[in-house]
Amino acid sequence: MDLRYSEAEEKFRIDLRRWLAEVLPTLPPKPSAFDWPARRVYDTTWQRMLFDAGYAGIDWPVEGGGRAASPVEQLIYLEELEHAHAPYVGVNFVGLLHAGPTIVVEGTSEQRARFLPPILRGDEVWCQGFSEPGAGSDLASLRTKAVRDGDEYVVTGQKIWTSHAEVADYCELLVRTGDEGSRHRGITWLAMPMDSPGIDFRPLKTIAGSTEFGELFLDGVRVPVANRMGEENDGWRVTMVTLSFERGTAFVSEVLESMELLRDLRRLARRTGAFAEGDVRRRVGRLGAELDALWALARRNVSQAARTGVPGVGGSVYKLGLSEIRQRIGELGMDLIGAAGLSWDELDGLDGAGPLGNAELVNLWVHGFSRTIAAGTSQIQRNIIAERILGLPKG
Amino acid sequence: MDFELSDDEVALADGIRALCAGRFPLDRLRAAEDGDGRIDTEGWGELAEAGVFSLQVPEAAGGVGLGMAAGAVVFEELGRALIPGPVLASHLAAGTVDGAAEGKVVVGAVRRPAVAGPGALVPPLVGHLPSLDVLLAVGPDTITAVDPAEIDAVPIGRSLDPLTPLFRVDRLPEGRPIGGAEEARAWRRAQWVLGGAFLVGLAAANLDMAVAYAQQRQQFGKPIGSFQAVKHICADMLVAAETARAAVHAAAVTIDQPGVGDPDRAAAGAGLLAAEAAMKNGRSSIQVHGGMGFTWEVPAHLYLMRARVLSEAIGPVGDLAELVAELY
Repeated sequence: MDLRYSEAEEKFRIDLRRWLAEVLPTLPPKPSAFDWPARRVYDTTWQRMLFDAGYAGIDWPVEGGGRAASPVEQLIYLEELEHAHAPYVGVNFVGLLHAGPTIVVEGTSEQRARFLPPILRGDEVWCQGFSEPGAGSDLASLRTKAVRDGDEYVVTGQKIWTSHAEVADYCELLVRTGDEGSRHRGITWLAMPMDSPGIDFRPLKTIAGSTEFGELFLDGVRVPVANRMGEENDGWRVTMVTLSFERGTAFVSEVLESMELLRDLRRLARRTGAFAEGDVRRRVGRLGAELDALWALARRNVSQAARTGVPGVGGSVYKLGLSEIRQRIGELGMDLIGAAGLSWDELDGLDGAGPLGNAELVNLWVHGFSRTIAAGTSQIQRNIIAERILGLPKG
Repeated sequence: MDFELSDDEVALADGIRALCAGRFPLDRLRAAEDGDGRIDTEGWGELAEAGVFSLQVPEAAGGVGLGMAAGAVVFEELGRALIPGPVLASHLAAGTVDGAAEGKVVVGAVRRPAVAGPGALVPPLVGHLPSLDVLLAVGPDTITAVDPAEIDAVPIGRSLDPLTPLFRVDRLPEGRPIGGAEEARAWRRAQWVLGGAFLVGLAAANLDMAVAYAQQRQQFGKPIGSFQAVKHICADMLVAAETARAAVHAAAVTIDQPGVGDPDRAAAGAGLLAAEAAMKNGRSSIQVHGGMGFTWEVPAHLYLMRARVLSEAIGPVGDLAELVAELY
């Protein structure tokens, strides 16, 4: 077991740190979280900067146009971006972390040439069309139907939880091409252009009052067969490739961000006097120890990926732990600000507010509820751990 | 950076696991439940021969010359095998107390409180006293060596862990100083890591036991492990054990490799999570075993009770949490 970085790894870190210090001050101000067109501009501008500096698609293989950084370098990359408070992947999430890696592995050379460079350059944004009102955790029961008509598929159905669909160019879409009961044997993966006729998007309002995702209604949308990734009815296998990436290093930044949040909360608790209470100190200490352990687990998962080439099922352990810790951090924040947590409006001059104001802490707490649901609920993660790691029988 | 176990570390774990399985099978340990509570000196010698005590003593001084990471690997296996006796104190005393490294001298340890009156122990309990050749009293700024022959002690009729016999000691002699503030601090830190590793072993043993039972026990015509209510308990046990294990390993490496982190924060956090994992998995294992879990026969309780012994030795856990909060 070795936690020291090699000379080459340290050089990678120093170069990146130097570049970040140079370019971050040149970024425009961050747009409002509710203004999706402005967010697209901001996120794709950042992506273009990464591309120009050779940091785009850091985890992608060279043949996909990426940098093919080692898993350890990817970890350093995420660590440095987080420490420098660089922008998150934002609207490029699906392109860079889902669709792109899938096309790298499953696409033909024409498909790679068509789809990959615009993702890396920040020219094209992707959204996700996997879940349906009737197919959540049980994704294989999806019903959006695609019927072959010459060299096109005609797609009709409904998708849900689609983020930033209104500013996306493409949708990674799962459709049913097999018969009704075919489940995972009758699913196909399509790249659907979002300017096709027949697509209607209706935003959903979250419990935070924001519109972060919505419903996608598809009525006779024509998608070229050339946009199919993998074979017809082989989309489930193609999808599993995608999801394994999501559970790889996708949550590393959040652990580091959470550590900083916890230090901010401790500062807040010291200022309000709450840190004098043993209970508050022990809550901070437990969360701190758990975050340190998750960071250790992240480095273990990365080391495993470096040896075997694929992210292990350990990602589920990590995701489950982190989701629940995020909620407890949110609760600690609310407990510390007391009645100020009843207001979404920033209460200027609030005693003890800042560096985290009440609005940010309310937001943190409320968003915590999505953590144990999105990207595989905690219950699904427990099933994965029990069945795939512990070998317990399927129910 | 490669945080996976090296081939040597895997071989070390396998070696200790094989030794424990061959020499200290659970049936044999359990036969001592009603015995006189003395540790098996022959077995102690074999642990010594395998390098359990001399592991971190420098080669120049006749030891194995390995570090805290190797220690963590070994102590997890000792925990998994429920090895009784003051293995932790003897390991930590090796190199300081003559004969400890070779297993010729059995060393125990107690915490000497900073505030209580001279000689007082809070609580007044010492484990394995008649088996000890030396008892170390570790205070905030001192370590002293006490001769057990000078201690007035009364056996506790029934100890919580049947394999850790306790003795009531109301007054502890001053003893001979063998270490100051720096040694006491290093002792605590190492104790959190290696005690943590032992606790991870206890947590893992109860996880394995619960999973095996959930696979084999049938109700409603299927294994109870196919029901999500049971499955999720087992998944949470794995999360607790693996998270604590990563924390213990990271803390050990942080001590071995200066500059990669704060060793006190890492060690205290690791001890905390390991203690909580071992106790949680003890409770959960009893629950998964159902009525059988509440019987003396199923050994789930033995690992839980030992977890309490270890948690008290390295804790209390609330103090560890507060220390992490200060250092974060």
